Amino acid sequence: MIELRDVTKIYQMGHLEVAALRGVSVTIQDGEIVAIMGRSGSGKSTLMNLIGCLDVPTAGQYILDGENVGRLNDDRLAVVRNQKVGFVFQTYNLLPRLTALANVELPLLYGNARDRGRRSKEALDRVGLGDRMDHRPPELSGGEQQRVGIARALVKQPSILLADEPTGNLDSRSSEEIIGILQQLNREEGITVIIVTHEPDIGAHTGRIVSMRDGLIVDDQPVAEPRQAVVQGMV
Amino acid sequence: MNAMTIIRTALSSLGSNKLRAGLTLLGIVIGVAAVISLMAIGRGVQASITERIQSLGTNLLFIRPGETSTRGLRGGQGSAASLTIDDANALRDSPFAPSVQAVAPELSVSAQVVAGRKNTATTIVGVTPEYQEVRNFPVGEGQFIGPGHVERNASVAVLGYQVAQDLYGFRSPIGQPVRINGRQFEVIGVLKEKGGSSFFSFDDRVMVPITTAYYRLASSRTSQGGISVHTINVQMGSVDAMDAALGEVATVLRLRHRISGEDDFTVTNQQETIEALQEATNAFVFFLGAIAGISLLVGGIGIMNIMLVSVTERTREIGIRKAMGAKRRDILLQFVSEATLLSLGGGGVGLLLGWALTLMLNGRSLIGASPLQTAFNPDIAIMALAVSAGIGLFFGIYPAMRAARLHPIEALRYE
Repeated sequence: MIELRDVTKIYQMGHLEVAALRGVSVTIQDGEIVAIMGRSGSGKSTLMNLIGCLDVPTAGQYILDGENVGRLNDDRLAVVRNQKVGFVFQTYNLLPRLTALANVELPLLYGNARDRGRRSKEALDRVGLGDRMDHRPPELSGGEQQRVGIARALVKQPSILLADEPTGNLDSRSSEEIIGILQQLNREEGITVIIVTHEPDIGAHTGRIVSMRDGLIVDDQPVAEPRQAVVQGMV
Repeated sequence: MNAMTIIRTALSSLGSNKLRAGLTLLGIVIGVAAVISLMAIGRGVQASITERIQSLGTNLLFIRPGETSTRGLRGGQGSAASLTIDDANALRDSPFAPSVQAVAPELSVSAQVVAGRKNTATTIVGVTPEYQEVRNFPVGEGQFIGPGHVERNASVAVLGYQVAQDLYGFRSPIGQPVRINGRQFEVIGVLKEKGGSSFFSFDDRVMVPITTAYYRLASSRTSQGGISVHTINVQMGSVDAMDAALGEVATVLRLRHRISGEDDFTVTNQQETIEALQEATNAFVFFLGAIAGISLLVGGIGIMNIMLVSVTERTREIGIRKAMGAKRRDILLQFVSEATLLSLGGGGVGLLLGWALTLMLNGRSLIGASPLQTAFNPDIAIMALAVSAGIGLFFGIYPAMRAARLHPIEALRYE
């Protein structure tokens, strides 16, 4: 369970202090699929970085599964990321010189995991890329690259999957596929999925929309009837 | 991450930019090869110098006159004319000096030697017949100075190999006349080629009877009026008799010179000469190594440079790895291992190259005329590998620390 209590995040830009989050409180239950929406500069990316344990709040508390992770040092945060969080990025952030399989293996390298090869293959199969394992990212389409990104995010069986504008660089058909995969992972594996987006259409595919503006949550509504994406080629 | 994974990751990163890795490697290759081959050359020179001195006989003592002292002004060692041919005879015959096997006094003067239209400036050494055996000068042609020659102050000369070549070329000089400082001598023999450095050659000398050298060529006399000599070479029965012989020689000479205070002679042996030379050549070897070490240092700086570039270029990769759960230590290890692999690889290749160079140079004339014996030791190889690994660690740690300290969010945002 994700629990933020009155979280503030202030960035120091030279002599200027910029408040990216100005007192945010939100609770996300296990197994939810949530969209965080807002214009750029609204603080949604900062919120996402905090939830993903890439950063710690300036003030307030962040309790993840009962543990106050807001006070952990860099290395302890790295362990939490490795064990609980999977990231999906807008620009995929794959390592171009590694094969799809090696990219998916990456999180397993940092946790002394066994069976790295087998688990990575399973993750790639899960997103329908079992036949593209030996391709390098430049040889794959945008949609395929993002699917590699999702495989990498779920290879450690995280409890949270954070997707930052996952469809921002994709055409509508690939977007539909990606959102479908995320929905399916949420539905079938019970993974908490949090999608940061500014597209209302993506938000409509989730169960809850948290809207942000100027570092504050201005609206938090459940979606009455989430749309289901049509996915082909998923296992 | 286990060691295998770290090494594989590092190799794959290096492999992604082969030219760059290769050029960086080259810096270390050249450094290590230079260290190894220069050290081998240095040690080879050292070994050959030691060997040459040892070949002159380690069972020799050299007695030289002490220094002159005129109203507090001291001359150099050997400047006094206190040793005589009688001292040499006494040493040979004295019952107080049983360790002494043979004694050969010598007296050298510089002179111009003329034969026909050719001439050369060389050292004329006045010797006795014993000199040939004591200092090991085999005759190549003709004969050496005999006892009769010494007795009669005969005007005969034995030419060193180089002098004979200079004056007579390929003609036999035996029986030919030669003029030394204007006096007529007859050549009775030519010495075998003995070698030496370009500064000091045993082949560039002429030997005459010691009496002839004294009465006809030199003009120094002792205070006692005997025939003064420059050096008395003393051969002992064995090297083990060294200490005993030293004491005996000193005793005999002190008695003869009626010395109660400071000696008017000095006694040295080959071992001291070898030690002094080894000290000098050690400095030479160290100097060569230091020069090569500089190129190794430059290679190390090259590694650091390229690692800094690499960290900057791969900022986003570092961000991705951190987001995936890499700890500071993981990132640090990754970059340190890349730097160490680079330098260790360079060290390995440089080792082979240095070894090949050493083998190639072995037996070739590089310094002076004599062939060089290079000495490749496994300790040099181990040292080279250890040093190159150390260089990788040393120059890799700073870029790696910069990488490890990057904040994941900023690294991910880096374009």
